[in-house]
This record gives sequence, structure tokens and C-alpha cells, in this order.
Amino acid sequence: MSPDAAAQVVLELRGVRKQFTSGGRTLTALRGVSLGVGRGRVTGLIGPDGAGKTTLMRLSVGLLVPDEGQITALGHDTARDPLAVQSSVGYMPQRFGLYEDLTVQENLDLYSDLQGVAAADRAGRYGELMHMTGLARFTGRLAGRLSGGMKQKLGLACTLVRPPQLLLLDEPTVGVDPVSRRELWQIVYRLVREHAMTVLLSTAYLDEAERCDDIVLLHEGEILGKGRPGEFREPLRGRTFSARAPAIGKRAFQKALSAVPGVLDAVIQADRVRVVAREGATDIPGQIARAFAGSTAEAVEPRLEDAFVALLLGRGEARAGAGPLPARAAPAAGTPHRPAAFPGPVIEVRDVSRKFGDFYAVRRATFDVAQGEVFGLLGPNGAGKSTTFRMLCGLLPPSAGTLRVAGLDLRHAASAARARIGYMSQKFSLYGNLSVLENLRFFSSAYDLFGRRQDGRIAWALGEFGLAEYVSMTSQDLSLGHKQRLAMACALMHEPDILFLDEPTSGVDPIARREFWSRINALAEGGVTILVTTHFMEEAEYCDRLAIMADGEVLTIGDPASIKRGQRSEAMPEPSMEDAFIGLIERRARGAEAA
Amino acid sequence: MWRRVYALMIKEFLALLKDRRSRVVVIVPPLVQLLVFGYAATFDLNRVPFAVYNEDPGLASRDLVARFTGAAAFHLVAAPSSDAEVAPLVDSQRALMVLHIGPQFSRELAAGRPGAVQVIVDGRNSNTAAILLGYVSTIAADFNADWLSRSGAAPPAQLEVRAWFNPNLESRWFLVPGILGLLTLLVALLVTALSVAREREQGTFDQLLVTPYRPVEVLLGKTLPGLLIGLGEATAIVLLATLWFQVPLRGDLVTLYAGLFLFLFSALSVGLMISSVAVTQQQGLLGAFLFMVPSVMLSGFATPIANMPVWMQHVTLINPMRYFLVIIRGVFLQGAPFGVLASQFWPMAVIGLVNMTVAGFLFRRRLY
Amino acid sequence: MNAGSGMRLRGLLRKELYQVLRDPSSVAIAFLLPVFLLLIFGYGISLDAEHVPVAVVIEQPDADTASLAGRFSGTSYFAPVFMGDMVRAEAALRDRSVNAIVHLQQDFSKRLRRPDGAPIQLIVNGTDANTARLVIGYVQGVWQKWIEELGDESGVSAAVPVSIEQRVWFNSELRSRNYLVPGLIAIIMTLIGALLTALVMAREWERGTMEALLVTPVTMGEVLVGKLVPYFLLGLGSMALSVAMGLWLFRVPFLGSVWVLSCVSALYLLAALGMGLLISTLARNQFVAGMVAIVATFLPAFLLSGFIFDIGSMPAVVQAITRVLPARYFVSSLQTLFLAGNVWSVILPNAAALAVFAILFLGASRRMLRKRLD
Repeated sequence: MSPDAAAQVVLELRGVRKQFTSGGRTLTALRGVSLGVGRGRVTGLIGPDGAGKTTLMRLSVGLLVPDEGQITALGHDTARDPLAVQSSVGYMPQRFGLYEDLTVQENLDLYSDLQGVAAADRAGRYGELMHMTGLARFTGRLAGRLSGGMKQKLGLACTLVRPPQLLLLDEPTVGVDPVSRRELWQIVYRLVREHAMTVLLSTAYLDEAERCDDIVLLHEGEILGKGRPGEFREPLRGRTFSARAPAIGKRAFQKALSAVPGVLDAVIQADRVRVVAREGATDIPGQIARAFAGSTAEAVEPRLEDAFVALLLGRGEARAGAGPLPARAAPAAGTPHRPAAFPGPVIEVRDVSRKFGDFYAVRRATFDVAQGEVFGLLGPNGAGKSTTFRMLCGLLPPSAGTLRVAGLDLRHAASAARARIGYMSQKFSLYGNLSVLENLRFFSSAYDLFGRRQDGRIAWALGEFGLAEYVSMTSQDLSLGHKQRLAMACALMHEPDILFLDEPTSGVDPIARREFWSRINALAEGGVTILVTTHFMEEAEYCDRLAIMADGEVLTIGDPASIKRGQRSEAMPEPSMEDAFIGLIERRARGAEAA
Repeated sequence: MWRRVYALMIKEFLALLKDRRSRVVVIVPPLVQLLVFGYAATFDLNRVPFAVYNEDPGLASRDLVARFTGAAAFHLVAAPSSDAEVAPLVDSQRALMVLHIGPQFSRELAAGRPGAVQVIVDGRNSNTAAILLGYVSTIAADFNADWLSRSGAAPPAQLEVRAWFNPNLESRWFLVPGILGLLTLLVALLVTALSVAREREQGTFDQLLVTPYRPVEVLLGKTLPGLLIGLGEATAIVLLATLWFQVPLRGDLVTLYAGLFLFLFSALSVGLMISSVAVTQQQGLLGAFLFMVPSVMLSGFATPIANMPVWMQHVTLINPMRYFLVIIRGVFLQGAPFGVLASQFWPMAVIGLVNMTVAGFLFRRRLY
Repeated sequence: MNAGSGMRLRGLLRKELYQVLRDPSSVAIAFLLPVFLLLIFGYGISLDAEHVPVAVVIEQPDADTASLAGRFSGTSYFAPVFMGDMVRAEAALRDRSVNAIVHLQQDFSKRLRRPDGAPIQLIVNGTDANTARLVIGYVQGVWQKWIEELGDESGVSAAVPVSIEQRVWFNSELRSRNYLVPGLIAIIMTLIGALLTALVMAREWERGTMEALLVTPVTMGEVLVGKLVPYFLLGLGSMALSVAMGLWLFRVPFLGSVWVLSCVSALYLLAALGMGLLISTLARNQFVAGMVAIVATFLPAFLLSGFIFDIGSMPAVVQAITRVLPARYFVSSLQTLFLAGNVWSVILPNAAALAVFAILFLGASRRMLRKRLD
């Protein structure tokens, strides 16, 4: 490498491998990763959970030592001279290490002491940081009492007390509301502009990756691709379309489109279906228009997600030969179970509030869900989604208001009423040290399935979810995608009429997410009522209707298209779901000021 | 309902025994403690270091000293030859006891007058000191009887001592059955106190609560494994105590197991109470510890309840372990029948019932 | 130490101080736990049998039996129950309402004055061997004294060739609390010292703050000192509280000097805190660290430190194990300091052992605590 080019690359990894062993199992986190991060650029490290993003970050600051390969950060070898790296690099870990029982000011002081910021420089630096993060008013508040977004900004401020040349941010936007997320990105760009800082950040959100200068796509410890966002999208130009068939339901339309030979990927987007064509496939709009009466399809700009899915599916096909793709292979969820028709709304929420101390986690929430509907609760962490969800499942009593599920309050309902619902929670919550079969057996027994019926359902679950080869594997050793499948299998053992799903797809890669949603769609087509919470904006588009929540309040309820339409303005003729969300929050803030 | 409870019970067993950490917690401490208690915890003295400061050249003193050096309980470490050497020996704990025989000892004895022997004992551990003094007077009494019979004088009227149930007064016979109570309590608490907290931490508790299980079924499913593991472990300890440590088991097993069952019932009820309150395993552990320590200390396990201040003795009445210890020691050593021990059974049943009710109540409140 | 290091250390210490002040749990461990344990143990453990219920069976009452029975009523060791026949007495012994039977037989007075006479029998319930032994000793004492005085008055043969003159040093009344309380303090400090640091270090790992600390220029030595100093001070406070309770609540004499006590306690605290640091460095999880801290410190300290069971009487293997327990040396030091004073021949070797442990544990923590996550 020429000296000139070396000066341009601030962080360089060459052939880095890293393995972890725990409990006799070996897990390869990175398999021969090489990359360079250019000076003064924002590089995004993109990939689902378990791709190796955090390991790469930790290796880069010398907290881990690579098994093979070499890492140079700002000219220092991270394995040999970690202290030199650590005194010139800024690193914000995923769960930033704020001392929650210390105030904002005390946290800043601590990190200034640790970073050796001279007392004379502090006042000016603090002022600048507090102004930049908007925390100036909260210096006396305990860090534990800040909102998720403010915590993240304080974490960033603590990392920046001594301006680093290279800033590494590990998933800085997880659990942060869209407004704070936007602000965080503004701060990052300001740092790059004003201080010529180099930034490497990781994220699981593909829409965020579009904002980076460079992107590195990481998947199962390998780099799938690197380049500018445009370079990823470019090959897909002319292959992405948005189709609409008002005559057919959007779910049936999506299912039918997936089966069209030239279609690689079809996902619901509000009242439309987004289609990605296979390489070499021609005249997709024409094919669609001919196959579905009254349907229209128009070309749209490719997104990074399209590129990512195309890359992953391409790999899958290369590996599995021409075999069926997982996204497509997902069959309709077995013998369709048709719940008895229920008059009126299946889920009713009326003026429900929940207080913890003097803090309102949910304030006067009201909504209904009809039978066979996919209803989404959308909002960042701390918006009150999970609290609402837990109240509906009867896990938490409301402070005020009434909740009814199939006409009953689950808190007081007989155990037979609970047999009608299925539940899948946020984090993997099956018995980790039990095998797949033991988990299935326990949950089916819990729902009074015994004997032949039980065996039949277990056989169904193993076949349906492709778990047969993992039957005796301890469930905590499964991959994230398989864990999610098992969790769903357990929730469906007793063929529930109503399904509660709490952030079912967080951390799962886009392919597994598509597979998951195709099952949900099939269930909904069969008449099962589904309530799902999510913080993925694009998942909100898959729902029939959704409620957007922030700070414990329901901001709006409606179908995705009309929610977006409601936020249309001259400046934003085609608002995305995120734009709509931010618009709603800003409008509420203005309303609060006016009042 | 019973099939569901059975399924839950099987799940609890699998979850408990498949997890290396909890397997270790359930199996290792009982074994280690049984060995440690069996061998280390004893009030019997053995090779106590002592010194003899003998100023008397006569035969009688040599005979007396020989009786000490020949006893297994004593071990001669020094023979000081001046007063000044005595104090440092005791101060530095090199000798726990110093036998001081005056220069006139043999002469006085020959003359039919009492010969004075001074025994200096380190009182820093007063229990050891008291036991030591007991040994000394036994040796002295033997010496006296022999001396008198040799000289043809009439020995004084003797106190005839017999110890029932434990003729050699081995403290192991007392402590090993007590361990049965201690370890049963430990296992019952650990199995139940942490189980709900573990599910809460792993997020599986919500999953369990949305199933058709009723609180009473969850309670049963959590209690039964503790009961079975407790019974199994207790049986293993009974076998070890009788076969390995040779503690006599004189009573009938029905009485023993009736007591064991009631004790487990009350211990599990406490465990469930802790479980229903604790949110994290950390809190569960702390709760179990804070219950365990006083209930062992105030049960008469190592030191008798009768030695405590009266108000403390009243406190022990709510401690289930105190009743169980009376039962096991009664069954093991005295061969006491059910009738003699009847007064020990019902308090445990009452404690268990009250706690179970409270646990059930707390459980329902935490559930909903 | 350079200026940067001083600044970092100051920052860490200040942070730890705020945390201690705002989180009541470490203050509770340092001050409430010792009070709770000392009360439970101090009152719950006593080897001094007093008012032992004894059945005195007098088959043929006369002046002699009345005189002897009076001796049993007149001492605080016994709570005599007078009975007329052995059947009732034996039943009482079986159901443990009495611990022993003193049986004065039919022709007590006559046989008393015969040379081969054994007119008095003592039956103890041997279930609790230790108490039984104490009761035998007490009864023997009463009997010996009575018969000697009887001999002086009436010429009954009571001459004893060897009379033992007992001298108990350091604790002449043989009050068990005097040696149990210092031992208890040692055990409690073991638990508290290890628990304090075990939990705080594991907490940093669990909450993810350790990762943020690691990427600053701070050295692991500074992190260690930053943790050690505040909890060392807290531990000293806890020690002072325990000693004060021992002196004024349990009325244990203290013959040593406060200065020596402070030095030995400081050394021991360093060892105990070091053990806690080591545990939490290895465990990185509050639950495991807490569990290990309790199991690894409390039980061994209780059983193997010589606090209640005599180490010299244990099998050689177990004795060897006790040598690697810091608590053993601290128990011995405290018992000596309280009851015997500044006996250098005991204190110095013990202090040296404690210093070795402190260096060992702290050194090991320093070595294990690498600036790495794997």
C-alpha cells in the first residue's frame, strides 16, 4: 500500500478471524474479514444480529484479540498496543456504559477524568457537547431517568469529551425514537464535517444505511459486499416495481406474485406490493398486468433492502442449487384452522391507562381489532407498546379503563379462555436448556394436548417449521432464526384464534423476516386475529391497520396508506412511514406548546 | 389438570437437571457438607497439644504423666523446666494445657496426704477448655482409684455415670443426623426459591402465564419436584449416615419419613414464599440465605436451644427445623416411636399450611 | 504515578462514592447484615448450659438426700425436678423433658458410708454428646464437693490422693460467648468483605459499564484501586460496628490494643475484598458471584476456621485445608486480641499469613483483570 493510501485508511482489518468457545461449542464470529475505513467518512456496518458486527467493533478497539489476521487503527496494532488505540479512539458500546445512578454532569466528569481532559478545557467542551446534544437543561438529572434517546446522546457526549480522530458506534440507534435517531445522525455528520472525524457505526436498520458514505454488508461473519449505497442499488435499477390490484386482497396478491417465475421477492407495502425481479427477467409489469385483472405495476427506485435481499437470496440459491428459497418455501400454516366467527371486535381497548408510580406508561389508549385483522402497534422503546401488550395478555392489570379479548378480560378469565390465545414474546422465551422436542411437548401439554393429538401436532410443527433435524438439540444452541421458528411453533401448537406477537422479528435477517410474515399472512387469511408490536417501520406496512404510539399515547390509528397520506405536504409529497411518524410527533409537540 | 401439572413437573425436572449450574447447586453442596460435617465438625478432642512442667522426681508423678501421654486425646509438645517458660507456651497457643506437678508430689502422696497438681488451661475457646477439664478429671479419678486400691485404702463413694443412646458420647452421632435436616432445608429452598425468579429472568414466566395453567397448578408443579428431590437426597443422606458414618438408626422409617415429609412441606412453603416475592435470582438467593442462616442457628443444630436467652427460645418456635431435628435425632438415636414425637409433628404442619396459604396469595397477586 | 493517573483515580473514587451513597444495598450489606448476623449468632449460639432440667430421683428421703438435693437446687446450672420413682424419670429422659437423671438409690445413706459404695447413679441422654458431657462434669463437681464436705463433717472416706487445681487462663468463667463473639466477627467480616466487592464488580460487567471503562486510557490497576478503597473504608466501618456490638452488647472483654486490632483487621479486609474481587472478575455475573461468595466464604469460615470446632482435633487432611483459609488466621488473632491481649507470638505469624493472602488475592485479581473482553 502506498504511503498516500495508508494515510487515507484510518482503520484497517486484514484477514481477521475470531472464534468463541463456550460450553464446548465453538462459534465463529468472523471468518476472514478484510476492510478499510477511509478518513473523514461515515462507514456503516450493516447486518442482522449475530452477523459479527459487535465482535468487529470490539476487535477494532483492542478489547478482543483476533485469532488470525491483523487490525491497525490510527497506525497502531490493536492487539499489540491496545492502550495507544484506546487513548485516541472513541468507542460507544451497544449498551453504553452510563452509570445510571450518576447524574448527567457526574457522568461527564467521570469520563473527562478517565480521558484526562484538562480542567481548564472542560467548561468549553461541556458547553459545546450539551448544546449539540440538547442536554443542557438536564445536567442535574440522573442518567437512569433519561429517555432512551437522551441516554444515547449522553453516551455519545461522554465518548466525545476528548475529541477522537476515529469514532466507533455500536448500534447507536437501537431503542431510539425516530426523532432522536434523526438528531443523532445530524450530530454524527456535524462531527465529520467540523472535526474531520472518521466514523464507523453498525446498525441493523437498512434504511439507516442509506445515510452512510460507505456500507459494509456483514452476514454470518463474512463480508457480502462493500461500497457506496448507490453501488449496491445500481444493479437493481429497472428491476423494482410497485404493483397494485384493488380487486384482490393485498395478502393474496403478494402470495400470488411470489409465485410468478420472474419474481425474486414480493413484500407488502401499505396497500401495494413491492416486487423485485430476478436478474434477466423481462417485462415484469406486463406479466403482472396480464396475470391479474385490473392490476397495475410501475417501476420504482431500488432500495438497499432490495439489494440486500437479492444478495442473500442469490447466495442461498448458489448454495442450495436451484432448490426452493426459504422465503418461498414457507407454506401456508398447515391445515387451515378457521376460528368460529366472532361478532364485533375481537380485541377492544377502551381508555386504558397504566401508571408506574407517577409515570404513565400508557395513557388513555383506545382501539379495536376485528377478526382476521393484522393489527400493528408501532413505536420506539418506551412508547408503551409492551405495556399495552402485557395488559391485553392479562399479565398486567390496567390502572384505568377496560380491555377485552374475545369479549373477556384475560385477567379474570377462566383458564379455558387463555387456551384461545397464542403468545410469542420479544426475546426468545422458551426453556433454553430443554431440547426442541421437550419444548414442543411441554407447551402442547400446557394447552391440554395429549396422546395422539399431541403427537400429531408435534409432527406437524417439526415438519412445518423445518425443525425435524434439530429435534434433540438444546434450544438455546439454535440459530436466532430457528429459535424464532420454534417460538412460533410453540405459540401455534394449540391452533389459537388470536395471536399476540411482541417484536417477533427484532434482530432477525430480512430473509427470515419474510418467511415469518408469509406465515402470519396465511394465518390472517384463515381468520386468525393477530396483534403485533414492532419498531421496524417497514413492517408496519405489512399490517392491515396500526396504532402509532409515543410516550404512552396513541398518536393515530389507521391503515398504513392513510396514515402516510395524512402527513403529505408540499415538502414531502410521498412521505415514508418514518416521515409520517416524525410528522405526527412534531405535530403533537406543537400542540403541547400551543396548549 | 393432573396431566398438565405432571407436564409442568417433568419440565421443571428437565430444566433443573439439564442446567449445569443448578445441577451443581443441588448436588455438590450437600455432598461436600456431609463430608465436612462428618469429619471436621466434632466437639470431641483429639491430640490436644499439652505440656508438662514436672518438678517432682518421684515415681508417682511419672505414672500420672504417663496416663496423659498415653491418652489419644493428648499430645505432649513440651516439657518446660521453669515457671517462666509456661506462660509463653500457653500465650502462643503451642500448648492448650499445661500440667504442673509440684516438687513435693510423690512425697505427699506417699505420706497419705493429697498431692497438688495444677492444670492451666487456655480458655480462649471455652468449650474446648471445659471438655479438656473433663478429660483431666477422669484421668485423675482413674489414677486415684488405682493408687488407693494399691495402697489398700478405701476409695470414696463413686458417682456411677451412664449415657443412654450414645454410650461413648460421640458428637458425630449428634451432628450427622442434624445434617439431614440442614441439607434437606438447603435443597428445598434452592430448588423452589430460585425457580420462579429464573423463569422471570429468562422471560419464560410470561409465556407460562398466558397458557391455561391456573396459579394453583403452577404452585403444585413448582413444589412437587422440590419434594421429590428433597426426599431422594434425604434418603441418600440417611444411607450414608448409617452405612458410612455408622450412626445407629434405631427407630422406624415410617416416623422418620412422616417427619421428613412435613418438614419438606414447610421448607418448600418458605421457598415458594421467597420465590413469589423475588424478581431476580439474586434476590431469591439472598432471601434463601437470610432465611437459612437463622433457621439453622436457631434450630438446636450445633448448640442447644435451651442455652439461648428465653426470648430467643420463643422465637425458635416458628422455626420448622427445630421440630424436625428432635424427630430425626429421636428416631436415629433413641428409637423413639411416633407417639413420643407427636408433639413435634403438628407445628410443622401448621407452619407449612400457613406459609403455603400466604405463598399462594402472594403468587396470585404477582401473577395478576 | 503521573498526573493523568491521579486524575483518573480521583474520578473513579468519586464515582464509586456517589454510587455507594445512592445505592442503599452496599450500605445495607456493610451495616445491617453484621447487626442481623451478630444478633442471631450472638444470642443463638451458646455452649453454656444453664438451668439444665435434671430429674432427681430420691427413693428413700432422709437428711443426706435432702442435703445433696439442696445442692442441685442451689446452683444455676441445674433446674432439678424431684421425682419419686425411676419409671417416670426414665420416661421424662426419653421425651427429653429432662437431660439427665440423678438417681439416689434405696439405701443411699447406708451405702454412702460403706467403702465400695456406689449409691448414686447419673444417667444422661447422650443424644447431644456435648451437652451430655457438660452435664456429667457439672454433676461430678456437685457430687465431689458435697462428699468432700461430708467427709470433713462426718469422717466418711473422702481422701483424694491427687487433687486437681484448675486454672483457666484468659476466660476464667469459661463463658462461651467470650470466644464465640470474636470468632463471629471474623466470619461476618469474611462474608461482608467478599460480598461487597463480588457484587460491585459483577455489576459493572452486567450493566455494560465495564466495556465503556475498558476503552478509556484507564489501567486495570487503577480500576482495582478505585474499587478497593471505598469498600475497604466501608468494611472498616462495618468492623468497628461489629466490635462495638461485641464490647457493649455482648460484654466481651478486650485486652489487646485497638491499634493492633485495626492493623490486623485492615490486612484481613484486604484479603477478603481481594477474594471478592477475584470471584467477581471470574464470574462477571452478580448471581454467580453472590452464590460463590456465600458458598466459598461463609461455610468454610464457619466450619473450618476454628471458630467453634477445634482445628487440632480434625483429621490431618481437613487440617491441611484449613491452612489455606484466611478466616482461620483472623479468628485466632481476634480471639487472642480480645481475651489474651497483644500476644505477639500469635499475632505476628497470623498477620503475616493474612498479608500473604491479601497479596495473593489482589495480585491474582490484578492478573486476571485484563483489559480484554475474552
